[in-house]
Amino acid sequence: MIAIIDYKAGNLASVQRAVKSVGFACRITRNPREILEAERVIFPGVGAAGAAMADLKVTGLDRVLRDLFERGTPLLGICLGTQVVFDFSEEDDGTPCLGLMKGSVKRFPSDMRENGRVLKVPHMGWNQVRLQKEHAVLAGLQPDEEFYFVHSYYPKPADAAEIVGLTDYGLAFASIVAEASFIAVQFHLEKSGRPGIRILKNFCCWDGKNA
Amino acid sequence: MLSRRIIPCLDVRDGKLTKGIKFKGNIDIGDPVEMARHYYEAGADELVFYDITASSDRRDIMIEVVRRTAEEIFIPFSVGGGLRTVEDMRRVLLAGAEKVSVNSAAVNTPDLIRQGALAFGRQCVVLGMDVLKVGRRAETPSGYEVVIHGGRIRTGLDALWWAKEGERLGAGEICLNSIDADGTQDGYEMELTSLISTQVGIPVIASGGAGSPEHLRAVLVEAHADAALVASITHYGQYTIKEIKDYLSARGVKVRKVW
Repeated sequence: MIAIIDYKAGNLASVQRAVKSVGFACRITRNPREILEAERVIFPGVGAAGAAMADLKVTGLDRVLRDLFERGTPLLGICLGTQVVFDFSEEDDGTPCLGLMKGSVKRFPSDMRENGRVLKVPHMGWNQVRLQKEHAVLAGLQPDEEFYFVHSYYPKPADAAEIVGLTDYGLAFASIVAEASFIAVQFHLEKSGRPGIRILKNFCCWDGKNA
Repeated sequence: MLSRRIIPCLDVRDGKLTKGIKFKGNIDIGDPVEMARHYYEAGADELVFYDITASSDRRDIMIEVVRRTAEEIFIPFSVGGGLRTVEDMRRVLLAGAEKVSVNSAAVNTPDLIRQGALAFGRQCVVLGMDVLKVGRRAETPSGYEVVIHGGRIRTGLDALWWAKEGERLGAGEICLNSIDADGTQDGYEMELTSLISTQVGIPVIASGGAGSPEHLRAVLVEAHADAALVASITHYGQYTIKEIKDYLSARGVKVRKVW
């Protein structure tokens, strides 16, 4: 069974529908035991880091996520779920986060330009991911596949070795990061058409090892 | 680099697809879910459903359309038309839409934008604007006026002022429809689109008037639109999404390649 962690962060039904479309059973849940017993776990999220962290602490899901990391359960972060695993986010006047990955989450500068054109924030729409290395969950993707993004903050891992994909929007930011049994994407793979569904399908079969 | 989006707009009435010419003489052309799937496969970047069902007790039909669509297509889509409260928005979002679009209701109750952004995030709230060219007057210094109820009622609101006010209230995006250009296939309203796009900090989707791929190039490049809405030009098979994207790509406009 695949657990989708419910922490009051956005509409999780679209992730659930996408998982079902590739033929896997999944459950939206905030029950710690159910999450810890799952074969694979998806940590999605839309919204703000402050409220998300507050809810994770109140429900004890912060400790559950730490346990998942330590056990090596295959774990997939999406959007906000990708951001709050780092040490700190600049969102909501600065939010201490889970600290499972070293690094921080920064806001896009408001004065970015590209070919003379002002770059609007949020970064919303389809953009390319330049794959930096191979990963089992990304098998079958083209090297410069496009995905659907909606975000104003981006992850900045301290260790460049954890960056699997880079995307350019005024600056080059980490759009896919991975470490051991954890892989996380800044884009909405559940809204990214075929390549997004491909990643999801790969994850649903992944054993947590990248060999 | 971010791609410019091509967004087919599906007008739905009583659960069926229609396309109006200047909002009059709507004719049925089929099942919206089938059309959505067709566009998903054909390389559309996003979809817009606009519910023009007149009677509010038939709105559940639209929720069912949204639910069925969400099960079959995995790109973002927004739903507009007849959403008057945060509860209306919630139902559509829970049924599987990525965004909601408010138009007349936001003019009548501007706080709806703020409430929607607070409840679901700015990225979920699209301000739909129907705009008429009226010439520069004291009331409308930009020369454009906001109209509502499908263009039947003038509001006296200046279009540029309302766009900025919508952004301030929390809209994450503006879908800018020119009543003058809508259904003509003579090209987008360039002056209006450029005016709004360059003066707000949120993405602007140009709407109304697409008749050729060149019209899209012009509005995306010269009028600085972030995305372009299409309807008649693709609904009746005149051009495919791929043909439009190939045209744009060959002229240096960054678009997402069709799978």
